[in-house]
Amino acid sequence: MSFLNHFKNDANRRTALYAGHVVADPSRCVQCGICSYNCPIGIDVRAHVWRDEAVIKSECLTCGECVARCPRGVLSFVQTDLFERRAG
Amino acid sequence: MKYVIVGAGVAGMAAVEAIRSVDLAGEILMVSDDPHGYYSRPGLAYFLTGELHDKALYPLAPDPQKIKFDHLKGRVTRLLQAEHALEVDGKARLTYDKLLIAVGACAVSLEIPGSKLEDVVKLDHLSDAKKILRLAKRGGTAVVVGGGITALELVEGLLARGMKVHYLLRGDRYWSNVLDRQESHIVEGRLQAEGVMLHHHAELVEITGRNGRVNGVRLLDGRAIKCDLVAYAIGIHPSLDLAANTALALDRGLLVNEHLQTNDPDIYAAGDVAQAYDPLSGRSVLDSLWNPAREQGHVAGLNMAGRKTAYLKSPPFNVTRLAGLTTTIIGAVGRGHDEDVLGIARGDSETWRDLPDAIVAQSGFDVNHMRLLVGERSLIGAILMGDQTLSKPLQKMISNRADISSIRGKLLEPDAPIADLIADFWVGWRKTIAL
Ligand SMILES: Cc1cc2nc3c(=O)[nH]c(=O)nc-3n(C[C@H](O)[C@H](O)[C@H](O)COP(=O)(O)OP(=O)(O)OC[C@H]3O[C@@H](n4cnc5c(N)ncnc54)[C@H](O)[C@@H]3O)c2cc1C
Ligand code: SF4
Ligand code: SF4
Repeated sequence: MSFLNHFKNDANRRTALYAGHVVADPSRCVQCGICSYNCPIGIDVRAHVWRDEAVIKSECLTCGECVARCPRGVLSFVQTDLFERRAG
Repeated sequence: MKYVIVGAGVAGMAAVEAIRSVDLAGEILMVSDDPHGYYSRPGLAYFLTGELHDKALYPLAPDPQKIKFDHLKGRVTRLLQAEHALEVDGKARLTYDKLLIAVGACAVSLEIPGSKLEDVVKLDHLSDAKKILRLAKRGGTAVVVGGGITALELVEGLLARGMKVHYLLRGDRYWSNVLDRQESHIVEGRLQAEGVMLHHHAELVEITGRNGRVNGVRLLDGRAIKCDLVAYAIGIHPSLDLAANTALALDRGLLVNEHLQTNDPDIYAAGDVAQAYDPLSGRSVLDSLWNPAREQGHVAGLNMAGRKTAYLKSPPFNVTRLAGLTTTIIGAVGRGHDEDVLGIARGDSETWRDLPDAIVAQSGFDVNHMRLLVGERSLIGAILMGDQTLSKPLQKMISNRADISSIRGKLLEPDAPIADLIADFWVGWRKTIAL
């Protein structure tokens, strides 16, 4: 596959929908903004990363767009612990 | 207390936040000369390829509504140490009690005949990136010279914008003091597959032009290449103009101790301009990396506001794309000298070339490639190309100096399945350490 495909706006690396939320490893982040730019509902993911906060927003679609597009492997999903959530 | 911060990059911004977290009353003034203010420099590469709109490059700066500080646009032209004063744009004067110099680094300029022509470009600032895009719109052929990450970013950006690209390398392979021969080969192969014309042992001696516009280059061996644009990335140097004619201690950068303090107790330095003392190696090293710049700015800010804090350098680390291949570089992985870069490049660390005597364990070929530098008891460096599953585990293991004695022997066996060994080790080790 041509590496130029990396630069096209297709999202074939999209991760499947998840019961979870987006967490970050801020030490890898260069604040480039690709995550925020691609979030379909305009969550400023980058700002969360700067403050080392997980994206725990009810609007988050967990669509995986930000996780898949971050070029530095900053973002990942952690599965929301359904058991804990129920208990809490 | 009056704090003045010169430079609105990530180091300066992190310092503002840190000072405010300690001192709510002091006055903070930031002075910077970039007309575009604070934005992500590493993001410029994605702006060039078209993955990002320029508006998206501006990160969340400390919000002046929430974190009180003033920002003045202007260039600091002189530092008057004895008077605790600065001169801005050659005239206005301001005073400080504590000063942070966070002015970053800039590209080493290309000094050959023709290098001042309009179509000769570098990539330091957003204004450079915008100029490159404007010129690339015309199409045609580009020649790229230099090394490290930025040279490839230029190659990839120009290619993505539809230009034909020649890439000139002085030596026999790409980034020879960080990558090994096989890794350079992987990168070069991928560039060639995209149609990039690579020229080894190619020494650029002249850029030719007509009516002020570039029309070609000439090499030392007499070869000539027709082109419309020349882009260079031959290294960077810390911006030391401000320190000229002062008593500040300099080496290749501004020398600072582990509190990011210069030899003047009221002046601190952080980010690309600082040559920071590393207590582990006992040496002072330059980095050109975003996260160390942020950490240094943070620690400098705390110290300026009176909270004594030491900067502990972690093994430098970068995740980047080399010819479209995601690559993680951690700790010490190479040595020696790269003919394409003078000193240090962007997204680079001197520590990467500090390889002590270590043994190499290597596996994989082409797009899934891993090289580990195995020390006596721990890993001291790693390069990972392609699949990045082990990138975070390796980063943690190297920065925490995980004791790998239990798998060291197996890692060094010929054809060892090093990825499996590391993955298994990680599963057990992570439980023993709070990450
Ligand atoms: C194209 C490119 C690619 C990069 N890739 C990576 C990467 O992959 N990974 C990575 O970790 N890092 C990368 N970097 C490096 C990273 O961006 C820098 O390490 C980081 O930005 C350094 O921050 P800083 O605050 O020290 O300096 P800078 O961000 O350079 O900021 C310096 C500030 O000082 C101002 N200034 C300078 N002189 C004066 C003066 N006399 N008066 C007033 N203001 C002044 C400038 O206008 C600017 O606002 C890259 C950089 C570039 C340009
Ligand atoms: S895309 Fe990744 S590196 Fe870029 S700002 Fe978002 S989290 Fe940071
Ligand atoms: S998972 Fe989707 S909706 Fe949620 S922050 Fe990322 S891009 Fe936005």
